[in-house]
Amino acid sequence: MRTTAVVIGGGQAGLAMSWWLSKRSIDHVVLERGQIANSWRTERWDSLRLLTPNWQSRLPGYRYQGGDPDGFRTMPETIEFIQGYAKSISAPVRTHTSVTSLRRTDDGYQVVTDSGSWQCDAVVVASGACNMANLPAVAETVPKEINTLTSMQYRNPGQIEDGAVLVVGASASGTQIADELQRAGRAVTLAVGEHVRLPRTYRGKDILWWMDAAGVFDEDYKNVDDIVRARNLPSMQLAGYPDHRMLDLNSLNSIGVRLVGRLAGINQGKFQLSGSLRNVCALADLKMNRLLNAIDEWANENLVSDQVDPPHRFEATKVEASPPLLADITSSGIKTIIWATGFRPDYSWLDIPVRDHKGFIRHDGGVVTDSPGMYLIGMPFLRRRKSTLIDGVGDDARDLSAHLGRWLRGQRRPKHRRLHAVNH
Amino acid sequence: MTTATTEHPVDNGVNVEALLSAREALSASPDAAKFKWRASVKWINGTHSRSTVGGFYGLGEEQKHKTTFSFDADHPEIFASEDHGATPVELVLAGLASCLTAGVAAVAQNRNIQLRSVSATLEGGMDVRGILGADSDVRNGFDGIKVTYKIDADASRDDIEALVAQSQKRSAVYDIITNPTNVTVEVE
Ligand SMILES: Cc1cc2nc3c(=O)[nH]c(=O)nc-3n(C[C@H](O)[C@H](O)[C@H](O)COP(=O)(O)OP(=O)(O)OC[C@H]3O[C@@H](n4cnc5c(N)ncnc54)[C@H](O)[C@@H]3O)c2cc1C
Repeated sequence: MRTTAVVIGGGQAGLAMSWWLSKRSIDHVVLERGQIANSWRTERWDSLRLLTPNWQSRLPGYRYQGGDPDGFRTMPETIEFIQGYAKSISAPVRTHTSVTSLRRTDDGYQVVTDSGSWQCDAVVVASGACNMANLPAVAETVPKEINTLTSMQYRNPGQIEDGAVLVVGASASGTQIADELQRAGRAVTLAVGEHVRLPRTYRGKDILWWMDAAGVFDEDYKNVDDIVRARNLPSMQLAGYPDHRMLDLNSLNSIGVRLVGRLAGINQGKFQLSGSLRNVCALADLKMNRLLNAIDEWANENLVSDQVDPPHRFEATKVEASPPLLADITSSGIKTIIWATGFRPDYSWLDIPVRDHKGFIRHDGGVVTDSPGMYLIGMPFLRRRKSTLIDGVGDDARDLSAHLGRWLRGQRRPKHRRLHAVNH
Repeated sequence: MTTATTEHPVDNGVNVEALLSAREALSASPDAAKFKWRASVKWINGTHSRSTVGGFYGLGEEQKHKTTFSFDADHPEIFASEDHGATPVELVLAGLASCLTAGVAAVAQNRNIQLRSVSATLEGGMDVRGILGADSDVRNGFDGIKVTYKIDADASRDDIEALVAQSQKRSAVYDIITNPTNVTVEVE
């Protein structure tokens, strides 16, 4: 089979790209190994709601139309939203089609799937940034008696064996899972490394409203001081609870979750916990306050004061005087470890040498410069701070589809045509 | 975010450009980034010993300090020793102090903050019943370390706290102290 462009992945990134390719009259197919919105269907826990409000899901040619713009979608609603997008834009998606190999050919790319293979001029990798759990090295040393699961495998408290639980990682997933399990009556210990603390609501408005209005999410990848660090930042410590309550280490502490340092090792029947808890909390508080300062400055210049509540600051993260450095596995009663330590993409099907020593695809704002005609979308801070958000991928798709279109036109100049003709 | 521009270029004596380009070069060639730090020690008498550092390995080859440095360690007289040098645990505090302080200077340079003075005091609490073997429930090492900085710089209190926090995040000795390390001791 032949087409101009193949998009790998039928999540919001692949669909937004499809919308732009159609708009630019570029023939394409979207290949999806499962159903549309597969990740939202199969890799999330039951109670999860988006942490971005309903209004913040603007996709090219599609947006929230309901009566609760400030609410947070459940998973079924999210799936319906993405599925509805695919339908409304008539995206040419082939579902249940797994890409098993992507390689270069003399005149473009070959995309091999479990149901036939495609030849194309350009390819867009939209297969997701979160295909696999990213486990720390200490995961290999967990004793067999302990059950382990990742945040991708976690569904609900009923799935967890009786006993105390250690949740490793205090970003969006880890804090939400710790909150749910503690409220379900489990004794939860949360191992805290670096995290991004944010209040849900600030001066009467949602924090994401502020960040959107003040342009934080539009920050360009070329203008940040340290793009490597920006791309590795943990997820925002936020939750989309219907009552908009704030989820942070203090709220977890107040319901009885025990906060400890990063899980650094397991040795002689003991968990070894890092002594850096105080500093990671101090860093998160300082960074949050820096953001709030920037928001206040922006508000001074752009809003009239009666539009919002007066500025205030949140209580510093409370850390006990001497958090434990060792926890005996047996006497702690911990029977289960849940890894909420982030994700990584799965490129086991990618047969083009464009990956760096850590296995990530090298790119310049989504343009895979080492392999002309190849593009990447949906990765952290790909082109903007919002690149991985439902609300952010549309702008990246616009920019990258424009680049892709220019590249195709360059390929089709008569000289190239002739060269190709000689080759065949 | 960088802080406001100052009239005079900020100079804390740290060549940040060199450090940043080293970071870039080394993330592309991870083998060159593999260093081995070394020390050797000779027992002198009693609890007195002398450690020296001279060579180390890095950037794919053997390297040398400009001179060989030596450090005497001993115990004070109240431990019935002759006090020819700092105790080893004080050397650990000194290592942490130097590492964090170098970090403060580097981060300040990178963030365009001029430092005027930086000093810190360190205190590590220890129940010596551990090392004396008097109580097996007491650990040998510190039960905690308190570091208190005094920093005079062209920056707000929040920015100064952020300097100190960031320097902990990037510090080798801080990591060595706060996280476990496998130690293998053999006899030739
Ligand atoms: C727990 C969690 C919560 C999140 N919450 C929010 C939120 O509240 N708001 C927000 O804006 N963002 C949120 N995100 C971030 C982001 O929106 C999601 O990760 C989203 O799924 C990314 O969309 P995507 O299209 O880039 O990737 P995906 O949704 O992962 O889509 C990639 C698709 O590619 C398919 N695929 C992969 N490999 C192949 C292959 N070899 N062949 C064929 N198909 C393949 C997959 O099946 C998948 O459907 C969250 C992420 C996570 C992990």
